[in-house]
Amino acid sequence: MVVEFPFTRSLGPVQSAFLTGLRERTLLGVRTEAGRVLVPPVEYDPETAAELSELVELPTTGTVTTWAWNPEPRPGQPLATPFAWVLVRPDGADTALLHALDAPGPDAVRTGMRVRIRWAAERGGAITDIACFEPYEATDAPEAAAPHDGGFADPVTGIVAHARLDYTYSPGRAQTRYLQGLSERRTVGERCPSCAKVYVPPRGACPTCGVATTDRVEVGPRGTVTTYCIVNIKAKNLDIEVPYVYAHIALDGAGLALHGRIGGIPYDQVRMGLRVEPVWSEGGRYPDHYRPTGEPDADYDTYKELL
Amino acid sequence: MSREVAIVAFAQTDHTRRTDELSEVEMVMPVLHEVLRQTGLKTSDIGFTCSGSSDYLAGRAFSFTMALDGVGAWPPISESHVEMDGAWALYEAWVKLLTGEADTALVYSYGKSSPGSVRDVLTRQLDPYYVAPLWPDSVALAALQARALIDAGDTDEPALARIAARSRQDAAANPHAQLPGARPQGEHVVAPLRTGDCPPIGDGAAAVILAAGDRARELCARPAWITGMDHRIEAHSLGVRDLTDSPSTRLAAERAGAFERPVDTAELHAPFTSQEVVLRKALGLGDDVRVNPSGGALAANPVMAAGLIRIGEAAARIHRGTSDRALAHATSGPCLQQNLVAVLEGDSHE
Ligand SMILES: [Zn+2]
Repeated sequence: MVVEFPFTRSLGPVQSAFLTGLRERTLLGVRTEAGRVLVPPVEYDPETAAELSELVELPTTGTVTTWAWNPEPRPGQPLATPFAWVLVRPDGADTALLHALDAPGPDAVRTGMRVRIRWAAERGGAITDIACFEPYEATDAPEAAAPHDGGFADPVTGIVAHARLDYTYSPGRAQTRYLQGLSERRTVGERCPSCAKVYVPPRGACPTCGVATTDRVEVGPRGTVTTYCIVNIKAKNLDIEVPYVYAHIALDGAGLALHGRIGGIPYDQVRMGLRVEPVWSEGGRYPDHYRPTGEPDADYDTYKELL
Repeated sequence: MSREVAIVAFAQTDHTRRTDELSEVEMVMPVLHEVLRQTGLKTSDIGFTCSGSSDYLAGRAFSFTMALDGVGAWPPISESHVEMDGAWALYEAWVKLLTGEADTALVYSYGKSSPGSVRDVLTRQLDPYYVAPLWPDSVALAALQARALIDAGDTDEPALARIAARSRQDAAANPHAQLPGARPQGEHVVAPLRTGDCPPIGDGAAAVILAAGDRARELCARPAWITGMDHRIEAHSLGVRDLTDSPSTRLAAERAGAFERPVDTAELHAPFTSQEVVLRKALGLGDDVRVNPSGGALAANPVMAAGLIRIGEAAARIHRGTSDRALAHATSGPCLQQNLVAVLEGDSHE
């Protein structure tokens, strides 16, 4: 199971200037009222909460304040070969920036070492425009911070924050049994030992009684439409023609209704109480839809508790 | 308004690397039933319910609603949830009881790290503009802190190894621990941290019942009275902070009254050995304080429950009479970013 969150985030004036600056190979910090220079710059002083806007340009050299050797880089990290994570205090700044340091091995890294920015070949206004830091042994005196108005042509105003995480989902005891049942075209619910309600699909607990539902009960295959709606707008990637009917169906013996599409009957003839049965498609892991059985409609009283 | 509030029951699962056979609610339910059994309460007796968990661990939005089935949420209950460690859910419940809006509260939290890669999942709690795009995993950030401590002369690799060994030795007496007993320090995961300096990755859950005043005395022979609790946060940018110190922990402890009199026990939520060094220093804990007799997070670290378990373990020692005044600490975020401190006391022995 892959979960992706491609959040689009807008930037405030300080973040926008900083990230646009990176695109232009320019490192910006922000000066606080107390005169400290914060890199990466923030919009509010972490100590006083005062709004900050006085940008300064810094040299691209700095000093490692702490580091950690990463022998096995993970997906998404700045370098694919072993590298050091570093906090680097840029010359002229009072705080440090987290990034990667390209070094041949842990013996080549120490706190206090001098480094400089290696810019990414392609830059678009993101922290990854800094490809990494690299050792820089020159002994010339570092330049000081210089005022910068933060103005750039075509400023970056937002970023897309990609966040892909991969999961191996395990549905647990109750849902695993349910899915196993479906693979045999059977619908298996679980009965609460306390209130006797039969849950379909079962999630392992009775939400009313707060106890495990352990008794397996086969329900259906036939059921009753308890309520329904007519869908008129085609969803993306869906190959069902509209309008179609989406319904709550109380399978015979179940204590609550589940969702399903109704087919085999004109959409405007579907009604509460209609008796239906599942239609399985070849290789399907759950019923493709439900169709009328031809039985007389169920009495309202037989399903009113399941609405 | 000063109302007495105590922890009267605590339960936790056995913590294991994976629980593929259990859904979250199936994992949580036994500990809920256990704390109810300890107190003789029914779900309908509980005045307030609060939980802690994370959608990012579950890989699913509103994942806590599924676990709610385990508490019996019908007829409707008074309920809340924090997207944090259950220690913060306990804080919310404590406030609820202090205000007099409820006399009893059920607090639970759970985390299944096994479906995903928790080192990567935790990167998503970082600053999305400047840090998260670099995917610095939780071990990498802890290792930066460890290096800063070594550079400052606060510790070294052998001292960290001794913390690991002591924790896992103590965990041998904890039937719920995932890593009980001695084991090798192993190779560097992210240097200077070795396998032994890092917590196990696993699944687990915990639950606590709180009660106020005489209700607590009815439900528990020796209630663990919460005499103070506070939580504090530091600036989010790691480069702004002194990683060798934890002023937020110290301030929370001060506000919780931890320094008014000595404690005999401290359950510290330090998933990495180096973080115990920071916390001991911030809290001024001497060698006379028993630190993490449960084995701590180095022996079992179910994310989102490990902090609540620290409070529960401290309370359980008071229930058993093996502690009279205990400090419990919980953390959240990278490099001890947010910290909660609770002070628990038992009535004096007569
Ligand atoms: Zn029931």
